[in-house]
Amino acid sequence: MTGVPLSAYLVLALVLFCIGLYGALVKRNVVIVLISIELMLNAANINLVAFSKFGVTPSITGQVFSLFTITIAAAEAAVGLAILMALYRNRKTVNVDEMDSMKH
Amino acid sequence: MSLSGELIAFLGLALVAILGGVLLITLTKVVHMVIALVFTFLSIAGIYMLLSAEFVAVVQILIYSGAITIVMLFGIMLTKHQEREEPSKGRWGKFSLLLAVAGFAVAVYLGIYNLHIPVQPTTLHEENTKQIGIELFSKYVIPFEVMSVLLLVALVGAIVLAKKDDKDEEGDQL
Repeated sequence: MTGVPLSAYLVLALVLFCIGLYGALVKRNVVIVLISIELMLNAANINLVAFSKFGVTPSITGQVFSLFTITIAAAEAAVGLAILMALYRNRKTVNVDEMDSMKH
Repeated sequence: MSLSGELIAFLGLALVAILGGVLLITLTKVVHMVIALVFTFLSIAGIYMLLSAEFVAVVQILIYSGAITIVMLFGIMLTKHQEREEPSKGRWGKFSLLLAVAGFAVAVYLGIYNLHIPVQPTTLHEENTKQIGIELFSKYVIPFEVMSVLLLVALVGAIVLAKKDDKDEEGDQL
């Protein structure tokens, strides 16, 4: 049976990661930057699950690890949104270019 | 190579996933971007199904296309939801960023494009959830517990950060 090879999944994950990286660097809205980071984490998850099936020693461990990663990503999204709320209340902006008070 | 059902499913799901990502980059309204990314998250769940990870696929749908999208939409609605993305970086800056990301992609692609690991038969698809449960509670009990503590810390931290501190605001007004 000729299934989909491992490298196809890895290339898909690479493309998604690059889209997320570009979005996180180019977009100016904080929410979009956060969700681009989520996309990058998702791409890493695809790699974990792909190697859990097609790796040198296939085992369920990759899936367990991807579950841990999803949990961390959810916690990160919640804390990031809370920081965004606090920042918006004080500065009235969601533009990352204007959030530079620690730079000067 | 003949088109097997698995390949057709993979190509369709990959196409939808990448299309969602491209729409995230190109759309101008912030809400539309988040909605476009839901398609990406859903098709990644389909990819997990193809990789015989049913439990992770369901968790992906619940957490990503459910919870995280809703939280992000709340974040947009509570701030400036009329916001349109206006490009502040110049065309030149965007182009150089695109070039850098493309260079990164090519570098990684050269590493993985002829990666051949012999496929071994697996039993991942048989009682997937049961296998995950046994693994989680026999080998990874302590990480699991630490994870629950971390979620609690994130919950408390998010509440403390987002809480309106009235005392400071009064101090600012005086």
